[in-house]
Amino acid sequence: MFQVTNQARKPTTTAPVLETAEMATTKGHRHVHVDKGHIHIDNISVVFGGNAIAVEDATLEIKPGEFVCLLGPSGCGKSTLMNCVAGFVKPSQGEVSIDRVAVKGPGQDRGMVFQQHSLFPWKTVEHNVAFGPRMAGCSREEASSIARTLLGMVGLGPYAKRYPATLSGGMKQRVGIARALANYPKVLLMDEPFGALDAQTRHMMQESLLDIWDEFGITVIFVTHDIDEAIFLADRVVVMSASPGRLIADIRVELARPRPPEIIADERFVETKRRCMELIRQESLRAFELKGEV
Amino acid sequence: MGEEEVAMDKQETVKTMPAEEVTAMEARQKSLADLCSMRCALALQSLRKWPWDVYAIRLGAVIAALVVWQLLSANGVKFIIDFRNVPAPLDVGAQLSGLLSSSDYYKHITVSIQRILIAFSLATIFGVIVGVLMGRSRLVRNIIMPYIEIVRPIPAVAWIPMAILMFPTEESSIIFITYLGAFFPIVLNTIHGVDQTDESLVRAARSLGASNRAILWHVILPGALPSILAGLAIGMGVAWFSLLAGEIISGQYGIGYFTWRSYALVEYRNIIIGMLTIGLLGTLSTWLVMRLSRPALRWQEVSH
Ligand SMILES: Nc1ncnc2c1ncn2[C@@H]1O[C@H](COP(=O)(O)OP(=O)(O)O)[C@@H](O)[C@H]1O
Ligand SMILES: [Mg+2]
Repeated sequence: MFQVTNQARKPTTTAPVLETAEMATTKGHRHVHVDKGHIHIDNISVVFGGNAIAVEDATLEIKPGEFVCLLGPSGCGKSTLMNCVAGFVKPSQGEVSIDRVAVKGPGQDRGMVFQQHSLFPWKTVEHNVAFGPRMAGCSREEASSIARTLLGMVGLGPYAKRYPATLSGGMKQRVGIARALANYPKVLLMDEPFGALDAQTRHMMQESLLDIWDEFGITVIFVTHDIDEAIFLADRVVVMSASPGRLIADIRVELARPRPPEIIADERFVETKRRCMELIRQESLRAFELKGEV
Repeated sequence: MGEEEVAMDKQETVKTMPAEEVTAMEARQKSLADLCSMRCALALQSLRKWPWDVYAIRLGAVIAALVVWQLLSANGVKFIIDFRNVPAPLDVGAQLSGLLSSSDYYKHITVSIQRILIAFSLATIFGVIVGVLMGRSRLVRNIIMPYIEIVRPIPAVAWIPMAILMFPTEESSIIFITYLGAFFPIVLNTIHGVDQTDESLVRAARSLGASNRAILWHVILPGALPSILAGLAIGMGVAWFSLLAGEIISGQYGIGYFTWRSYALVEYRNIIIGMLTIGLLGTLSTWLVMRLSRPALRWQEVSH
């Protein structure tokens, strides 16, 4: 499991994420995070190839330190919306901004974790994690010490010298998370990061992720098509519907934190899930009817 | 060895092919590259557990052939092949032991190796640079591809007259011809390797703040490396083949020159020695390229 430590240090002076004193006071209390990573998705649409609408009129505000799950069926445009925030896709209309600064392209203030881990296979685990700090201008030694700290946090310290090919799927994803955090970004963007893992590993990873999130006080957008995963993790579950990709519901999850893994059997969890599913059903029907009229 | 023959066979056949089959040729080049990296892996395995029985059979096969050859040549058999003109293995062996104690033979070998080293180094540098440019830029690819498609099928021997006219010294002509042989497999394998770049890795690198240059260095080149190295191994084989053609014009040294001269001087035993030497050097240098590239591919091994 992840060992939560306070050893993490920012690599540059421009990424004030870990305020140790504040950490101590906010530990265990959510929603009181460092005031960075405020995301505004402002009325964006993405049209591919002239007519294929992947995202239509999406508007969403995400507060600093919030954990938002983007839930929806395959192909509904979740990745596309996420890639607009990441800066890989330029919206055909509208704008995304982080802390009121418009997103123009990918940047170190937004860490990314992909479904296919996307580690550099020719770099050792440590060099993978050290890559971001190196690109940010850290010296080899600094980058290496940041990498070791983060690998320690995700419980992979002993694997620093291994190549990714020798790791299990869950371990690769943990390296991926460590790598994304190594630049101490304001926002963590995760696109179905645990989708390829077996159920048991997935549950462990979800728990670990919440620990990490607590430690870093970072804003997270987490894409998934698994409703249990979304409710277990999120402060808010934002639901997307297919063709065209629209945000159809924004559900606040009121479950207290820290959330133990057993919570999914808890009646409050089940009640939340029931409410979500009902809402999703209603909204999907409504979206469907609306589309029928046009 | 095998690579040279296949590559050679390709050079010979491509010139009569219609354009659409050239793409099929490229597919073959790719499978050739895969074959080559497979061989790297196989060679590695066979070194670990030395299969003595296999080598006993192989050695036996060679000895059997030598015995049959000896009998055919000694008795001057003439059936399709005129064995009266083929020196017997024992004669060749005797001649070789004489040559091995003369400095001349080594001089020929050294000169050839020098030419290979220069030509191969140049081919590696330009082949990888051109290959990366063509792999990353549509425009560059469209500009350069026609030249490659026209020039690649021209066999090394056909270059001799122009090479003599184009270059000031015969040495540079020979190196040019050898260079051409190595250049094409390296370019094509580099393009193939760059084409295979995993775009999600490029994205990952970009989101971590990598510049274009850093992406080239940390993502594209390492990803293309297995294919590039396979191209180097093939290129090395073709380089020797081309060198032999180029050394027709050599006035003094080189193992190819040695072979041609032996024919002119009616020194048939030396022809055999020259041929075997070229074969041996070609195989050895290809093996060396694979051997030297192995550490660079260690990350591909799942367990170590
Ligand atoms: N680069 C692209 N070009 C054209 N169409 C695309 C592109 N990327 C995604 N799409 C289309 O946009 C829609 C949404 O895709 P995506 O965002 O990947 O969905 P999700 O992540 O929810 O599964 C799909 O219909 C997909 O085919
Ligand atoms: Mg997706």
